[in-house]
Amino acid sequence: MATKTAIRPVRIVLAKVGLDGHDRGVKVVARALRDAGYEVIYTGLRQTPEMVVDAALQEDAQVIGLSIHSGAHMTLFPAVVQELKRRKATDIVVFGGGIIPEDDIAALKEKGVAELFTPGTPLQGIVDWLRKRFPEGSR
Amino acid sequence: MKVRARDPQQAWKEDYESVPSRDDGLETSTISGVPLKPLYTSGDLAKREEEFPGQFPYTRGIHPTGYRGRLWTMRQFSGFATAEETNRRYKYLLANGQTGLSVAFDMPTLMGQDSDAPTSRGEIGHCGVAIDSLADMETLFEGIPLADITTSMTINSPAAILLCMYIAVAEKQGVPAARLGGTLQNDILKEFIAQKEFIFPPEPSMRLVVDSIEYCAKEVPKWNTISISGYHIREAGSTAAQELAFTLADGMAYVDACIERGMRIDDFASRLSFFFDAHIDFFEEIAKFRAARRIWARWMRDKYGARDERSWKLRFHTQTAGVSLTAQQPELNIARTAIEALAAVLGGTQSLHTNAMDEVLALPTDKAARLALRTQQLLAYETGVANTIDPLGGSFFVEALTDEMERQAEAYFKRIQELGGVIPAIEAAFFQKEIADAAFRYQQELEQKRRLVVGVNEFTVDEEEPIEILRIDPRLESEQVARVREVREKRDHARCSNALSQLRKAAAGSDNLMPYILEAVRAYATEGEIMNAMVEVFGIYTERAVI
Repeated sequence: MATKTAIRPVRIVLAKVGLDGHDRGVKVVARALRDAGYEVIYTGLRQTPEMVVDAALQEDAQVIGLSIHSGAHMTLFPAVVQELKRRKATDIVVFGGGIIPEDDIAALKEKGVAELFTPGTPLQGIVDWLRKRFPEGSR
Repeated sequence: MKVRARDPQQAWKEDYESVPSRDDGLETSTISGVPLKPLYTSGDLAKREEEFPGQFPYTRGIHPTGYRGRLWTMRQFSGFATAEETNRRYKYLLANGQTGLSVAFDMPTLMGQDSDAPTSRGEIGHCGVAIDSLADMETLFEGIPLADITTSMTINSPAAILLCMYIAVAEKQGVPAARLGGTLQNDILKEFIAQKEFIFPPEPSMRLVVDSIEYCAKEVPKWNTISISGYHIREAGSTAAQELAFTLADGMAYVDACIERGMRIDDFASRLSFFFDAHIDFFEEIAKFRAARRIWARWMRDKYGARDERSWKLRFHTQTAGVSLTAQQPELNIARTAIEALAAVLGGTQSLHTNAMDEVLALPTDKAARLALRTQQLLAYETGVANTIDPLGGSFFVEALTDEMERQAEAYFKRIQELGGVIPAIEAAFFQKEIADAAFRYQQELEQKRRLVVGVNEFTVDEEEPIEILRIDPRLESEQVARVREVREKRDHARCSNALSQLRKAAAGSDNLMPYILEAVRAYATEGEIMNAMVEVFGIYTERAVI
């Protein structure tokens, strides 16, 4: 991959929110994004919305990726968006992945989650989405 | 003229090589990456005495009668929403011919916290039933006679508490603990390795496991005290050989810990049970199950010196692979599950859960849950596969693959030993890294279409038909919160707080904690309160996250 010196790679905080410990997906995504040239910070398990936003601000991240498999996405994903609002950091883009039924996807997008990726999504699909969203790399 | 007959094997080889192989670019190794030959012959068979079912090393099964004596137990894992709703589902499943219960708890229960804890928000009743105290457990088993049924409970860090709740419900039904049959998952090591539902650090976690094994050996002798699980290791992305090796290594770590406590191997080994995944690579799975029995028997007899034959026999439950299910064209999951279930049966499982087709999207609907159970009934009663014991025994291929599984597992045992054992290997993130590597490699193979998943990276449809899924009523959250608060108000406060402080004291010492937990449970202390009493002494574990 050609990197131009003027462009800083996009920084992404990946986090497991909620109580479940299923980290296979988030780890695979983390590696794929790293291989695609992104700077990836993986927070580990059981992050509260406050902890996720803290990490994103501390790391000066442009993107937060949330992973969940417990079914609590309708509570926790919007809570992260709310926390970003509260901390005046709404320029940070939030996307998510996990077991999320179709109907919930639309509702989550309405609540400010930029994109949702469900089981079976090719890794390249996530990379393509990020490239489209950040064509110039980081600001 | 003399015609020299070609050697048939040589002739086949020449014929085979004269025809080009398919050029679709697909892997021909197993899903775990074990290279396969196109043909196996008698030359691939290891030299060994003929093996028979019911005889050491039990490669062909632990029962001399196979499924002719008794079919496997059809045990569908289920639980959702409240104890009341789950109780209804259990009665429905029992009425439809299910032969054992298997409780799925929600995330707060699995993580040892009450429904009114702040981090329980949004999680209550979603991936299992919410249990906060003995009161919920009484509701869960209302009208189900615990003397006549066996129950499996999938719970780990707080396993001792839930077992005590079960014992306490039985007491109220007038059933003595000695008559109770069932299984507690109680396998904390695989939590550190794969599923990550740990709370205490490894050492006190192991103490609790050994406490429950020791207690049950005396008080609940028919109970399977632990279900040493490969399922979660596999679902986290391991290969078949890793699942096999890590699970059996965990098993040996529990045996070591019990021996260290001063127990005699034959006093507890026969109550250890196992739990494996049945993934989609049909023959590899069958080989894995056969190898598991052989390895365990050898280690128990030869290394640990167990004399009782029951200690040598590896008994296991199987669940079809959740991770093989697809959200795309979900009806295909019925076919996948049937094939995986067949592998489990041909591998000689003692009990089986078949996944419902919609489990990749949510908890199963009644209809999907029944279809999954019917799939097992179809296997048992229509296909005839249960009529012959270990029908693939003697297959050149399956025998060779069984040996290969065994070889790979033994190589892993050596590496784990070199790292100082299972717990040091966990702390060095050895298992976690091996699993993450395998998961990533498999994902790459999918991306590059070296492996296909029907409906996902090939044979897709443009427009997916929506299917009906089970929704958890959001009102149940506040109802459950109200319920646990009511329990806290109504109970005998003095008895409860006394039981909790006794437990705290005992945790700081070296007594077996089971009687203390049981007393706290009887006093309607909540799960969260009991866990917190122990957390005060044991502390909390955080893992070093490795990508």
